Amino acid sequence: MKFTWFNLCPWPHLPDNFREEHRSVWVDIPSELFDPEEGNRVYNTYLDQLEYADALGFDGIGVNEHHQNGYGLMPSPNLMAASLARRTSKAAICVIGNSIALYNPPIRVAEEFAMLDVISGGRLVAGFPVGSPMDTNFCYGQVPALLRDKYYEAHDLIMRAWQDPEPFAFDGKYNQLRYVNCWPRPIQKPHPPIYIPGGGSIETWDWCAENDYNYSYLSFSGYIAGKAMMDGYWERLDAMGKDLSPYRGAFAQIICVADSDEEAEELYAEHCLYFFNRCLHVAPQFSDPAGYRTVNTIKAGKLDQLRAENQKIFQNLTWKDLVEKGFVIAGSPDTVRERCEDMIRSLNVGHVFSLFHIGDMPDWKVRRSSKLFAEKVMPQLQDLWPDWKGDDRWWIKPYEDRVRGEATMPGGEQDARAHRIEDPNEEGVR
Amino acid sequence: MMSILQTRTCTTRKGIAFEVREQGEGPPLVFLHGLTGLLDEEPLIDALAENFHVYAPVWPGFGAEEGELAIEDMLDFTLHGLDVLDALEVDRPILVGHSFGGMIAAEMACLQNDRFDRVVLLSPFGLWIDADPIADAFATLAFDLPPMFFADPEAGQRVLAAGLDFSNNEALTNFMVANARRMGTAGKVLFPVPNRRVSKRLYRMTADALVVWGAEDKLIPPVYGSHWERALPSARSVEIPGAAHMLTCERPAEVAEAISKFLT
Repeated sequence: MKFTWFNLCPWPHLPDNFREEHRSVWVDIPSELFDPEEGNRVYNTYLDQLEYADALGFDGIGVNEHHQNGYGLMPSPNLMAASLARRTSKAAICVIGNSIALYNPPIRVAEEFAMLDVISGGRLVAGFPVGSPMDTNFCYGQVPALLRDKYYEAHDLIMRAWQDPEPFAFDGKYNQLRYVNCWPRPIQKPHPPIYIPGGGSIETWDWCAENDYNYSYLSFSGYIAGKAMMDGYWERLDAMGKDLSPYRGAFAQIICVADSDEEAEELYAEHCLYFFNRCLHVAPQFSDPAGYRTVNTIKAGKLDQLRAENQKIFQNLTWKDLVEKGFVIAGSPDTVRERCEDMIRSLNVGHVFSLFHIGDMPDWKVRRSSKLFAEKVMPQLQDLWPDWKGDDRWWIKPYEDRVRGEATMPGGEQDARAHRIEDPNEEGVR
Repeated sequence: MMSILQTRTCTTRKGIAFEVREQGEGPPLVFLHGLTGLLDEEPLIDALAENFHVYAPVWPGFGAEEGELAIEDMLDFTLHGLDVLDALEVDRPILVGHSFGGMIAAEMACLQNDRFDRVVLLSPFGLWIDADPIADAFATLAFDLPPMFFADPEAGQRVLAAGLDFSNNEALTNFMVANARRMGTAGKVLFPVPNRRVSKRLYRMTADALVVWGAEDKLIPPVYGSHWERALPSARSVEIPGAAHMLTCERPAEVAEAISKFLT
């Protein structure tokens, strides 16, 4: 099993009456609700937590991309990842991911991801989401009915840019480039592991299967509701004659660990309710513009996680509902281990994007929950897939002799301040 | 009723099949429908068919025929519109376009300006003035479109969701699919801002133009009537009281009268 410590980076100060006063946490949320000076503390706390997760031994640390969003403060996850690349040295840096149709030209993603892979010493996991309608259509103005086509083109361009040894001309419908020549190139060969985060478009299953990419179902509805989606994916893989390695799949899950089940409620309930009641308050008219979902997906009845029906569910949830329905896995280390095992086995996933920072949770609770999980839960879940031991097709392959963050930090063996400011060729030049 | 009515399927030179409704006798008049597609009841067509042979083709994405995948941008729509006229063998029709169809009609009349003498634009998309923003029909749930399109939302509801049984899942899915195809296709030229720079090409329009607006249009503010009038080389504009964006349904007699006055 691989556990990635994921932070959505929510704004923790949405007012109590947010739901009543504002129609959406996303797209047209008033920017005056963001306080830049408080933001200084928030961003640095979140980065500290991601670094802490590396120190705790999580396999990966994860960030993602959202725009104009009160629960996702990372319009550029690559900036976060760049900081993490310098301050950590073990964990995979999972950028899940860049909405590649939004980059103009998308070669920018090939370049920035290559930079991250090189700086981190081959630790990048590269996510290529199509992107939500809120981000892609309403915030970034992409035509809904053309988005997927543009996405596929961007994908083809990036993958070729990483692998083609010669400069080439690219004559795309959305991008025309006379000299595609990716500098730098990624360390990982032939390319970093590719993860495709999906929200429920059935086309994405076949796309992942055909390309042997990891399919990551990022839902906040928990593992019980997520089973239908993951089952659909495994059925497609099976039908296409692919092996069913659990490492082909990833799932995002909110997890809260305390000393006891009662203490979990006491410590974490309010923050989970903040998340579900305020952070997920998305205006339904932004969640499904005509043309975004294909006709096949509409007919298949796969609902996007943020559609009106689900919005109503979130509004009325109690802590008991959250836990019983699996939106949140919470409790003592034993309870959490048991439920995580149930999740992992029922979804057949080898990767869990674990959300420990939830809503407006204070730093000390985040660290406490993460530490308990790392020490008392994670070790017992690591070998759940003995038949697939060593299947690293969807994991990073770091460069052994990479520069390590701890070596370059103050006091480390490569501390820049310890170097003499002296040019050995000085005399020769004169 | 004097009118004859038939619906048939034709194919353009490019190979895109389209349905066309034909009605009436007289000089050829082509009616290009708007965002709601060609409705079962089109009272404006009925009125125009008293004096004209009306051809009402269905845009890709708005009918049973597929073909919307081949249409990606403004030029594709414009050429498709001209290809449709060729397929129908109507050489020099009076061109009437409503809403999204009006936007395409304006482009057609600019591109092939020697083909059209008279053009009627009924609350067309195509211009954007920052001070007069057009409402966002794409950030609107399908069920909330009637109040945006009609002066009388309840009547609008009856028109747009005619006979829809909300408790029938399959019927609901079909409605969602049809709406997604229509609006998704139109979105290729309307999203996110419905301006594909026809303003740069309007100098080419040699036809006389009539611009008609519903005085209560909540989607495209009626002030756009005068914006179009100023931007076109030869145009006049009129407002129809008591009608919104769907003036074709809400005040068909008054719209037909304005058109007939313009043509005589």
